[in-house]
Amino acid sequence: MAKYILKRVGLALLTLFLIVFILFVLVRIMPGNPFPSERMSAEQIANKRAEMGLDDPILVQFGRYFMNLLHGDFGKGTSLYYGAPINTVLSTCISNSFRIGGIAILEGTAVGLLLGITAALNKGRFLDGFCTVFSILGVCVPGYVFLIFLQYFFAYRIPFFPYFFDPNRFVFSAILPSLSLSLFTMSTVARFTRNEMVEVMDSDYVHLAESKGMTGSLLVRKHILRNALIPIVTVLGPLIVDLLTGALVVEKIYGINGIGKLMVDAIAGEGVDYNYVLALGILYSALYIGIMLVVDILYGIIDPRIRVSASGEGEA
Amino acid sequence: MADTTYVPVPGDFELLTDRDITVDKNFASQSYWKGVATHFFHNRRAVVGLVLVLVIVILAILGPMLSPYAYDQIIRAADNEQVVAKGIAPPGTSEGSFAGMTFLFGTDDLGRDLWTRTWQGARVSLIIAFVTIFIDMIIGMSYGLISGYFGGMVDNVMQRIVEVANSVPRLVIVSVLAIFMPKGMGLVIVALLLTEWIGMSKIARAEMLKMKEQEYVLASRTLGAKSLHIIFKQILPNTIGPIITQMMFSIPTAIFTEAFLSFVGVGIMLPQCSIGSLISTGFNNITTLPYQILSPIAVLALQMLGFNFIGDGFREALAPKLEDM
Amino acid sequence: MEMKNERTILQINDLDISFKTNAGVIHAIRGVNIDLQKGETVAIVGESGSGKSVTMKAAVGLLDANATVNSGEILYRYVDDAGKETIVDLLKMPKKQLRNTINGSHIAMVFQDPMTSLDPTMTIGKQIMEGILLHKKVDKQAAAARALELLELVGITHAEARMKNYPHQLSGGMRQRVVIAIALASDPDILICDEPTTALDVTIQARILELIKEIQARLKLSVIYITHDLGVVAKVADYVNVMYAGKIIEVGNVNEIFYEPKHPYTWGLLAAMPDLETDDDRLMSIPGSPPNLLHEPKGDAFAARNPFALAIDEKVAPPMFKVSETHYAATWLLHPDAPKVEMPQELQARIARALKDVEEYL
Repeated sequence: MAKYILKRVGLALLTLFLIVFILFVLVRIMPGNPFPSERMSAEQIANKRAEMGLDDPILVQFGRYFMNLLHGDFGKGTSLYYGAPINTVLSTCISNSFRIGGIAILEGTAVGLLLGITAALNKGRFLDGFCTVFSILGVCVPGYVFLIFLQYFFAYRIPFFPYFFDPNRFVFSAILPSLSLSLFTMSTVARFTRNEMVEVMDSDYVHLAESKGMTGSLLVRKHILRNALIPIVTVLGPLIVDLLTGALVVEKIYGINGIGKLMVDAIAGEGVDYNYVLALGILYSALYIGIMLVVDILYGIIDPRIRVSASGEGEA
Repeated sequence: MADTTYVPVPGDFELLTDRDITVDKNFASQSYWKGVATHFFHNRRAVVGLVLVLVIVILAILGPMLSPYAYDQIIRAADNEQVVAKGIAPPGTSEGSFAGMTFLFGTDDLGRDLWTRTWQGARVSLIIAFVTIFIDMIIGMSYGLISGYFGGMVDNVMQRIVEVANSVPRLVIVSVLAIFMPKGMGLVIVALLLTEWIGMSKIARAEMLKMKEQEYVLASRTLGAKSLHIIFKQILPNTIGPIITQMMFSIPTAIFTEAFLSFVGVGIMLPQCSIGSLISTGFNNITTLPYQILSPIAVLALQMLGFNFIGDGFREALAPKLEDM
Repeated sequence: MEMKNERTILQINDLDISFKTNAGVIHAIRGVNIDLQKGETVAIVGESGSGKSVTMKAAVGLLDANATVNSGEILYRYVDDAGKETIVDLLKMPKKQLRNTINGSHIAMVFQDPMTSLDPTMTIGKQIMEGILLHKKVDKQAAAARALELLELVGITHAEARMKNYPHQLSGGMRQRVVIAIALASDPDILICDEPTTALDVTIQARILELIKEIQARLKLSVIYITHDLGVVAKVADYVNVMYAGKIIEVGNVNEIFYEPKHPYTWGLLAAMPDLETDDDRLMSIPGSPPNLLHEPKGDAFAARNPFALAIDEKVAPPMFKVSETHYAATWLLHPDAPKVEMPQELQARIARALKDVEEYL
């Protein structure tokens, strides 16, 4: 098992390094001017380039950037926030995004699992139909559209919730965005759980358990749930990543100072801030790879087929 | 149950001679694709999805054509007043019409007809979706089939590339693209091209691996058929089913991504319009003209619903669960 | 509720089951009668789709949700916890009660594919103990000891170590032994084996059959085999039910079925069985395929594939004609007015050969 984890971690780190390198090179060899401000003279730009070391060979630049990165330093922005250190800006944003995202993931998985399990146990009855309609709705309407409606009705028409995010009333103002962010996770988890459960309930080993006399909640707990939930771990990874993407718009709509909004500002504003794009690109990729790694390892831990290596093949 | 009341008539106990029992009539007339089609059309949801998609596609084609206004035309009344912000109301009432003109979906904040704009937007979204998914299918299938077919070193290298490509979130790809591409439809299409082929290639590779060892491929190999010939003549037809299913699920992803990018402001630019940009402007005016966001959202949701239903129906039709007896 | 005689332990009367599917209603079981006597072995033989599995699934309450039992009863005689002999109709028993009182403790089942019938997330020791803990009033230690005993009984070596193994760590043959151990865990009277050897290698098949036979003798079990393999039937069965399109078309003891078959379908099955003497090119097969039970067959369901079909076969389904006390067959060929039809030459030759072998052996 230790070997399995070590191998996964090694592969993940290697992939991340490759991505950092590719992103760095791509951003650096881009044509165009990293300082779009028209007020700068050619001389000023040249000075600025020299100051940031943009005229060195690309591998030297990368070496410098990578060493800084290892110390947790993302450098400075080129246009956004007047060239403030990226780390300072990031720390507030990460905290906001992670807290809201975390709540959304918890809400989404918990409610999704509950819905899916209820639907599967009531297959073909009203609750099953309800769960199906709900999960279809959640997959067909993007989370941010849902947020627009929530915001319009429950913050504008009935001014109960704050119209924009207010860090001083965190819990209260996190409700609408986290709810709308969790919608997609919720419905996907619900649909997946239901289908997985229904399939397991029709499997030979559940039939064998029934033919031994297992029934009711004992059967569900001992044989159905565990087998149905193992594969759900694998969809959680991509779902969390989708949630990160969704957070982009949700943060913009709800005025949350998070990494998603930062990303939008970095690419959709007047000028593109190369260094922010690079820093956020690395951050997102690291998050993505990290989540996939955790899912991979978790899967290995809960599934005995991976955890226990095949040993002692015997004759019949 | 034997019918005990039946009284045999003369001739009943003669052997039947003039028939050919070697012909199997049970399964003779059922081709594979015919079976798939029967299954698909027996699935109520799949049919609903198909109808929805067809209606939207037809309206996206005909809607803007049938409208007396252009999608970017600011409609003015006789006295040159802009026909701004006419809500959704029955024709003939003062809210729903202006100087004899009626607007089914109302007009937007600048006085453009929302009916025309919505279908124009749907058209743009659908074009983006179909074009990218079609190209992605070709790229993904070629990649996956080649990787799976040659195996060994080739497969190894190609799969490592997929792994790295798969580890970059779509968001990051879009943001890097945004640095060196002008914002607009091109950016959306390239972003989708770079991400959606991976799923297709995985399916194609898996199918190829499954099929590679089957006898008919081995047979034609020993008969001297060339590698590429084998791939495209024999294996392609067998992979088409799962690939179409994947396409049906990729189209909603493409539509979603377009809406998302246009909303964020790196997609379709004004005065062009797409579903995403319409939702974006709708959102900007939501407190003053709340109806403006309704039509693009409805079309988006119905499109998603339709394609998801078709995808589900197709998947079920390709692998129907037989009752074990 | 009455049973035919004192020794009958399971009696299926006029069972009729249909399935609702997207394509329509499939009438899968069309009036099936099967008797099982205490301590004996009955085989149900038929092609896939003939309804043999469905019949036995009905007996253990494992029918799919889309199945409807239209009529019939499955009577079971057992000694209940209070020590009283009881006869119950398994079809009328609520599922919960069936699981608590019958499944496992009285009727147990061995499934076809040992690769899929064990829970992949649970050690085999736990899976065997589960049944014991459910039905016997014993603690965990006693259950573990019993499980160990069972593993040894089914011939698994290093049983102690195997208890902690997961199914994926065992070979197919070993897994089927574990499935048998699970079935035996709470001392059932009836063992239903649904194609227990189909998914296994040929060499292992024989050993598993031997094992079941040995255990049957030792524990005085009654066994029902569901199979399409006449080779298996010849090795294990006392009585044979041949099933076709949801009906039993011929029933008899094993000698009657193998040496004096009366139904053309049984002839076909026997002639299609490979043996050492017959050349490959003289091996016969039954033309066509079983009927689609979405459409109720008119007359005899086998008529379309029957080289000896009579005109009446296309009008009325034949009743069961009595051949001997134990032997019945549903074919109009047994009607007194029917032309005299002999079984195919090839089959006659084979049976003669087999009989000669038996005589020599004796």
